[in-house]
Amino acid sequence: MKALHNILDSIRPHFEEGGKLSKFWVVFDSLETFAFTPGHTNKNGVHIRDGVDLKRTMFLVILALVPALLFGTWNQGHQYLLSIGEISVSDSWDTMIWDKLLIGAWKVLPLVVVSYGVGLGIEFLFAGFRKHSINEGFLVSGMLIPLIMPIDVPLWMVAVAVAFSVIIAKEVFGGTGMNILNVALTARAFLFFAYPKQLSGEIWIHEVAASKADGLLVDGYTGATALGHLASTVGKPIMNADVTSVMGMFDAGGMYSLSNAFLGLIPGSIGETSALAILIGAALLIWTGIGSWKVMSSFLVGGLVMGFLFNLMGMNAYMTLPPIHQVVMGGFMFGMVFMATDPVSASQTERGKWIYGFLGGFLSIMIRVFNPAYPEGVMMAILFMNVMAPLIDHYVIQANVSKREKRAILAFEQRATA
Amino acid sequence: MSRTIRIRKGANIRLTGRPSTSVVDAPPAAIYAVQPPDFIGVIPKLRVKEGDAVMAGSSLFFSKDCPSVQFASPVSGIVKSIVRGGKRKILAVLIEADHQGRAESFPVIDPKTADRTAILGAMLNGGLFAFVQQRPFAVSADPAIQPRSIHISGFNSAPLAPDMAVALNGRMEDFQTGIHALKQLAGSEGVHIGVRSNETIFSGIEGANVTQFEGPHPSGNVGVQIHHAAPLNKGEILWTMHAEDVANLGVLLSKGSYHPLRVVGAGGSEHPAPKHMRAMAGTALTSLTEGHQDAENTRYISGDPLTGTDAGAAGYLGGLHHQVTLLPEGNEPKFLLTEGWLSPGLKKFSLSRSYPTWLMPKSKEFTMDTNSNGEERAFVVTGQYEPVFPFDIYPVQLIKSIMANDIDGMEKLGIYEVAPEDFALCEYACTSKIAVQKVVRDGLDMLKKELG
Repeated sequence: MKALHNILDSIRPHFEEGGKLSKFWVVFDSLETFAFTPGHTNKNGVHIRDGVDLKRTMFLVILALVPALLFGTWNQGHQYLLSIGEISVSDSWDTMIWDKLLIGAWKVLPLVVVSYGVGLGIEFLFAGFRKHSINEGFLVSGMLIPLIMPIDVPLWMVAVAVAFSVIIAKEVFGGTGMNILNVALTARAFLFFAYPKQLSGEIWIHEVAASKADGLLVDGYTGATALGHLASTVGKPIMNADVTSVMGMFDAGGMYSLSNAFLGLIPGSIGETSALAILIGAALLIWTGIGSWKVMSSFLVGGLVMGFLFNLMGMNAYMTLPPIHQVVMGGFMFGMVFMATDPVSASQTERGKWIYGFLGGFLSIMIRVFNPAYPEGVMMAILFMNVMAPLIDHYVIQANVSKREKRAILAFEQRATA
Repeated sequence: MSRTIRIRKGANIRLTGRPSTSVVDAPPAAIYAVQPPDFIGVIPKLRVKEGDAVMAGSSLFFSKDCPSVQFASPVSGIVKSIVRGGKRKILAVLIEADHQGRAESFPVIDPKTADRTAILGAMLNGGLFAFVQQRPFAVSADPAIQPRSIHISGFNSAPLAPDMAVALNGRMEDFQTGIHALKQLAGSEGVHIGVRSNETIFSGIEGANVTQFEGPHPSGNVGVQIHHAAPLNKGEILWTMHAEDVANLGVLLSKGSYHPLRVVGAGGSEHPAPKHMRAMAGTALTSLTEGHQDAENTRYISGDPLTGTDAGAAGYLGGLHHQVTLLPEGNEPKFLLTEGWLSPGLKKFSLSRSYPTWLMPKSKEFTMDTNSNGEERAFVVTGQYEPVFPFDIYPVQLIKSIMANDIDGMEKLGIYEVAPEDFALCEYACTSKIAVQKVVRDGLDMLKKELG
């Protein structure tokens, strides 16, 4: 590898100050440091440094996303073939597996490319403009964004959303590490509010509208997600015929049964459907200590508690759904593992993480059920908690500050009496 | 029966090259140095000029702000040169030793009967007050202020640190004399010693509160011990002193001679024969490194690998250092797949669990070089400092308040209780490679200046 480094050394002068390509220093620098951890040594402080760096950390997060990505790719093909009746639910998972993967990859890959292309392009611009080296933060955001998109979202919309979130949610605050809101969720929220029409209804299964027009669509496939169906039950009596037919889909053997929802054999955003694939990623994050198990576990508990409270209220059919069923549907698991745990936008104190996670999970289920206009409450809940996180931290830290002040006052009084 | 405090947070960095328990006399060095920058907060005023003959204990310079604090020559000889840096700042006073062993003689004092003024005067004139540090601010102490208490750590927990039981072996009588003296100097809360829970050398010590500590580094840091045994409050002043200097104080008072002895832990993966070596403060590192000479590929650290200074092969043992560490320089780029961030990393020691080395047995030791293993970034990862920071203080928030020059915030978040060394493990563990100790030092300096 010495040879490769020699090549880099020989072209370096072109990129340095005064060189022909000095405008592209950031590009050179980031590619070089990507390939070689630089020979920088420690000065003025510790002489030895831990082996971990931000590249390693971000790489492990991406690794944790791989199960969800692979499953999502397969599942999008699977859902499409199911919807047009090419396969049936009783077929083995590997029936027409290459068709499934090909259809999935055909849609997913462009999303990934657009997300990384636009996002990294903007990052390079800002890094060059600000004369600092490129931060690794977007490597994860760029993978998260496609995974929370519906399969048929137009690519230009994704590009606009990525640009918006990288610039408005991140760079205006000073770049990686300074943002208040989770970058990937901001992209999704932008799409939701800027293009509400395009981002609802028949986009959750590939070409569902076209299939319907051609009369290919199998009964029961509407292109809506499980949460969309559930939202339609709100405001209707529990014993209403429409409602019972919807709720039937959530019983064992139904389209959105607990096992289907857990395994992810349901329509939805690309990466969010399979709780199992997400939990494999969660296991890696917790095992390597990169994702906060405190946030994840309290988020889960928060969701289950809200689900249980809804069970007790039982005011509509949605509320009667078992809590465990609630948390394996929609973006709950994905948000819990990959969004709420974003260290920059989450609570930064260890005690705060418990509160932050619990409220995040709690609100996710609450918004989902209370607001039928917008079934996906997880995004709103996490963004809301992002905003609240500094406040939680403030009170956690304030408790520590007053404890210290009290101790000082006590010592002062003791001295005064002595 | 003394109290036992268990420190749960922290980490032992398992480096190769731990000094063996054998102790040898270091070969006498040709040159010794007293380096003013080692004594933080001291502006030196010279008493000698080049060519002057000095004895062990002769004052070389004193502190401008506290003129009674003398900084003495460790050996007899001739002032070879005065090394100056930018703006004529004095970096070192170099003494060419004559190996005659001539020493200034100071009055012999019995600390049990003498009064505070006499003891303090002897300590100031005899050059030993130079080794007293104060909290808050972690700077050289001001003799005019009586401290609430004086704290001494009875063990080292830093990587490759010398064993205090080895260092103080046979010196406990002098140590006891020193403790008696410090007891007269301390205010209402007396003298505190923090000892390792299974250590017996301090068991017969009188005149001090002994607290036992167990747990990983930094439990041997005096700041951690203060925080857990008798926390510092705003408005209070504490002194700290190294246990070996307490024994040196005992020698000064009982024999009337200045003899700044250090049993140096000489180690590190590059050290030819890691062991304990008896030497004087300020000795040239060459006498501690067994002739190892590879300035280009080796870092010669005076002190431990987390808090020491890069002294260079031709450097000297720092005034407050009791350790020399030789580590390989890490100035070669590391290819991503073999040694870099995508490598399996079977040789990469990490406190995070992102490399599989955390699964290896706890007895395995690692060789680490001085590579930063990544570039500096903004704060991203959270919850990383807290597990290695055994204070009831929020480390990241404190660091950020310093970075933002928020004086009020620093005070509230507890900056008075900490020294840069207490953050050494945070800096080590930092994914974003932030220079945490430097930030803390800057914060302490800023606050000290602000308070006048």
